[in-house]
Amino acid sequence: MPENKGYSILTKLQLFVLISVFTLFSPIFSFANEVGNAKNTEIKSTEHIIAVDSSNDEEHAQPVAHEEAHEGFNPGKMILEHVKDAHDWHILDYHGHAVSIPLPVILYDNGLHVFMSSKFKHGHATVESKGNFYKLHEGKVFKTDANGAIELGDNETILNAKPLDFSITKNVMAMFIGAIIILLIFFSVAKAYKNRGNKAPKGLQSLIEPLILFIKDEVVIPSVGVKHHAKFLPMLLTIFFFIFINNLLGLIPIAPFGANLTGNIAVTLVLALIVFIVVNFSANKYYWKHIFMPDVPLALWILLIPIELFGVILKPFVLMLRLFANITAGHIIMLGFFSLIFIFGEKNVAAGYGTSILSVAFTLFMSFLELLVAFLQAYVFTLLTSLYIGAAVEEHHHAEEHH
Amino acid sequence: MEFVTPGLGLLFWMVIVFGLLLFLLKKFAWKPILTALHEREHSIEEALKSAEYAREQMAKLQSDNEALHKQAREERDQILKEAKVMKDGIIAEAKKSAEGEGKRMIQRATEEINKQKQNAIAELKGQVATLSVSIAEKLISNQLSNNADQQAIIVSQVNNLNNNQQAIA
Repeated sequence: MPENKGYSILTKLQLFVLISVFTLFSPIFSFANEVGNAKNTEIKSTEHIIAVDSSNDEEHAQPVAHEEAHEGFNPGKMILEHVKDAHDWHILDYHGHAVSIPLPVILYDNGLHVFMSSKFKHGHATVESKGNFYKLHEGKVFKTDANGAIELGDNETILNAKPLDFSITKNVMAMFIGAIIILLIFFSVAKAYKNRGNKAPKGLQSLIEPLILFIKDEVVIPSVGVKHHAKFLPMLLTIFFFIFINNLLGLIPIAPFGANLTGNIAVTLVLALIVFIVVNFSANKYYWKHIFMPDVPLALWILLIPIELFGVILKPFVLMLRLFANITAGHIIMLGFFSLIFIFGEKNVAAGYGTSILSVAFTLFMSFLELLVAFLQAYVFTLLTSLYIGAAVEEHHHAEEHH
Repeated sequence: MEFVTPGLGLLFWMVIVFGLLLFLLKKFAWKPILTALHEREHSIEEALKSAEYAREQMAKLQSDNEALHKQAREERDQILKEAKVMKDGIIAEAKKSAEGEGKRMIQRATEEINKQKQNAIAELKGQVATLSVSIAEKLISNQLSNNADQQAIIVSQVNNLNNNQQAIA
């Protein structure tokens, strides 16, 4: 089990922190093991989120379609709109009008169609581009006729065609900003190393160096082994800092930050895919022998080979879900606390103010926990990736010791 | 279900951005950083090793020094001892030779004294004889000028001679 193997290389303190956080947040967290029940909990947690999604849609599908702004505060809708990707960066609502930063829309539909998302007027207007008509419906771009009619089929499925959407959405924008910040940080740190040579680290360099050394000496080398670690270290460091810095940026609630980037399934999917490719393409013959010719009686091969093959896919799949679920859950909890203020505020202004004290206190507490989670998730992702790589490149001289 | 369906655009951009990030960081950040860290680790290790070596050398030198000191001290003691023996020998010899010399000198002096004494005695005897002769001469010349007195003297002398001859007989 990689988890067990992981714990054996952790210090007592790390183990303590991991276990305490695990037990504290077992309802939110879903640490997945390799096989079986862990997968169920993962799916359950996502189902839970989906359930929230659909119930809100059912309740408010009708009023949303007709008149948007003039109904009461809807926390489920607000939270989901934040957590999902969007074509414009919604900052605030002012007198029922959304104030947002427009972002470029890039569509591929027999040629490129590029225009600003402000043209959609938050879904009220139909946009004409090179003879085609597009309309924003519930956050998605659909191809329509000149009137912008959305045709609904059975079970409210939308029959309109969907163009290929390569838009610079809110999350793409957040990713660009995050990438630029990462590049700025590490280029300046690299420059410091070039200029200062072997002298003691200073400034930003001394903030980043312990993290690099922690990943290198405590995570990668013990899991991958000294022999192979240099090959994978740049990738693992990039993964760690990409997740960590974007997690932190996601906690900043001001406009160019605060997007739910690392809590987006597409982002974690790409990360997991990279892990999947790297692990399986660097695997040696022992790894494949372990999967296709396990050291068990022949009769058990029929059972074990599919399980092992399933595990190959399950490992990165679980990485994807864990990061997605944790970060999304963090954002949902924070927004949930803030929603309380407006729910009570709608009933009674004083109650709203009263609740705000409690909400701010809770959110502050959650923010601290999210700071921990931001680091922890980046750490866990990197640690597990290193362990998977370690298992793939490990050279078994005693094949019977593999479990 | 839309919530867990990865968006195509985001997937596309994520692949591009992450790929670029990985490439740029690998080339311009991780390489210099990890090289520098490795070098520093190496240099610290080297420094520690050389410090350890220097300390060993120092200890060795110190023990060498001590041995040298000890040897020098021993040599000094040896030399002093030898010198003392030599000194004692010289003193003893000197004493011995001085004693011998002294004795010889005393002997010589005694002999000389005896010789001088003999000489003096002999001289004295001679002088006493001459003096007696001259006294006798004077006396005789003086006495012989007076007949009576001469008679008396001769008589007394002759008496004296008789007394002497009787004493001898």
